[in-house]
Amino acid sequence: MTAYIARRVFQAVFVIIGVTLLAFFIMFLTGDPTYLLLGDVRGMTQVEIEAFRHEMGFDRPVAIQYWDYMKNAIRGDLGKSYYHRVPNMELILERMPATLQLALTGQALAILIAVPLGVYAAVHRNTIADHLTMVGALLGQSVPVFWLGLLMILLFSVELRWFPVSGYGTLRHLVLPAITLGAFSMARIARLTRSTLLEVLSEDYINTARAKGLSERVVIYKHALRNAMIPVVTIIGLSMGMLLGGAVITESIFAWPGVGRMILTAIQTKDLPLVQSSVIVLSSGFVGINLLVDIMYGFLDPRIRYD
Amino acid sequence: MNVRAENTEQGRGAALPDHDQRVERPGYVVFFDRLFRAKLPAIGLGIILLIVLMAIFAPYLAPHDPTKITVEDRLKPPVWSEDGDARYLLGTDSLGRDVLSRLIYGARVSLIVGFSAVVISGTIGVLLGLIAGYAGGRVEDFIMRLADIQLAFPYILLAIAVLAVLGPGLVNIIFTLSIAGWPQYGRVVRGQVVSYREREFVEAAEALGASGSRVVFQHILPNIAAPVIVIASFAVAGTIISEASLSFLGLGVQPDVATWGAMLSIGREYVREAWWLSVLPGLAIVATVLGVNVFGDWLRDYLDPKLDAF
Repeated sequence: MTAYIARRVFQAVFVIIGVTLLAFFIMFLTGDPTYLLLGDVRGMTQVEIEAFRHEMGFDRPVAIQYWDYMKNAIRGDLGKSYYHRVPNMELILERMPATLQLALTGQALAILIAVPLGVYAAVHRNTIADHLTMVGALLGQSVPVFWLGLLMILLFSVELRWFPVSGYGTLRHLVLPAITLGAFSMARIARLTRSTLLEVLSEDYINTARAKGLSERVVIYKHALRNAMIPVVTIIGLSMGMLLGGAVITESIFAWPGVGRMILTAIQTKDLPLVQSSVIVLSSGFVGINLLVDIMYGFLDPRIRYD
Repeated sequence: MNVRAENTEQGRGAALPDHDQRVERPGYVVFFDRLFRAKLPAIGLGIILLIVLMAIFAPYLAPHDPTKITVEDRLKPPVWSEDGDARYLLGTDSLGRDVLSRLIYGARVSLIVGFSAVVISGTIGVLLGLIAGYAGGRVEDFIMRLADIQLAFPYILLAIAVLAVLGPGLVNIIFTLSIAGWPQYGRVVRGQVVSYREREFVEAAEALGASGSRVVFQHILPNIAAPVIVIASFAVAGTIISEASLSFLGLGVQPDVATWGAMLSIGREYVREAWWLSVLPGLAIVATVLGVNVFGDWLRDYLDPKLDAF
């Protein structure tokens, strides 16, 4: 098990380095980022432009820039925001709690609703309840996050006035964004729980358990569900990525003061270093979550460790 | 859904050369026969065709110029509302542009972006997957690690970062979504190639002196078409949603071009006074995506019931 964990950690570190590399070079897609940051350079003298280029360090070879960036990153310094003039890390950490609150609530809602629904649908296969659940899940996977958010606002804020349109602070502010964000993974988890449980229920050991005279409840919850949860756990880990991505959109709709909304405002203010650093932090977080999932997976299913 | 169960029980289709030879009817007859028996996916395909036709014939179908601004007719509700105007069946937006015409033209952007990004990312992904699977060694390691790294980015976040640098625009958005989408194909194709390399017919071809590219393209590629088609069909749905999301965030196509996502971002500003602006474009997106998803679901079972849910 130790070897397995060590291997996974090594892979995760490698991927995070790759993530920084990729995020770093995205800035150079159009060549020199100086003009990208300055935007309109009319009215600026060549000397001023050069000075800016030098100040930002863009006059050095790209490889050196990356090396310096990484050297600082290891010490937790992700550079300074071009717009706010404060360290990027500070801005990100300030907004991270709001994003995590939203993403984790969304995910928790999704799991708490989707897993029981999926189990119910599988156990009552081909009943009306099953069909309704699956149609709902299909719908949930086809509705764009931002439209769902708009509909929620339209129905629950504008028409019914149950929840505030946007903002942050109280539990009532959290409800609509969390449901909006969690809907997609709810749909995916419900479908996957149902299909894996159905698969497991047709295995021989389930027949054996039934033949032993165990009650259906014990068969399903003690024998089947535990095995069916393995792929579900993986999907839960993977959908954290969707959630972090979806958070950008959800935060923007509900004016939620998280990292996602900051990324969008940073794009408008051409604050690309901040965009870059936020993307690196969110993606690394996603890698970390999947590392945890992989390790958990190793505990759940001993066969995985010997891959 | 029982559609899926039915298909699984009926067994595999005859669309691909590697499949059951006993079925004598031509492939397309079996295909449509099964499709129409399953009903729901047939409706899905119908919706897709309808949207495609709408996009192609947009200039003939749209009652107004989608970009024509008529300020005095701004924010007219759909015709069935009390203040509806018979000239504007689905109402007008904040600049008095006809919503129906914009919806019809919006199909163009969604489909162009959806299909071209999927074709490009599919081609890149399949090629890299084939190379990785067949070449093995360091080349394989390099390509697969690249896929790992890209998959570590939340998809939409990667797209946002790239578009932030490139700026909005149709070509940029297609480029971005193409680049972001390839690892899915790459991984699956590589896995398939690795498993096919050991099969007798591949070894036989190699023994007969076939070159590497001949083995890959003539012998392996046709056999891995099924999973690629399935991934591609779902990717079309995902790409349409991504394009709409990016347009909604103002990172998509130019703002004056009619796209469903951009229409919704206007709708969001007028959510209190003009519900139709935030409801109707979303319905268009959901109808399209649902059509693709339902059809894709069925296609997966039809092509190979053993394929997992992606």
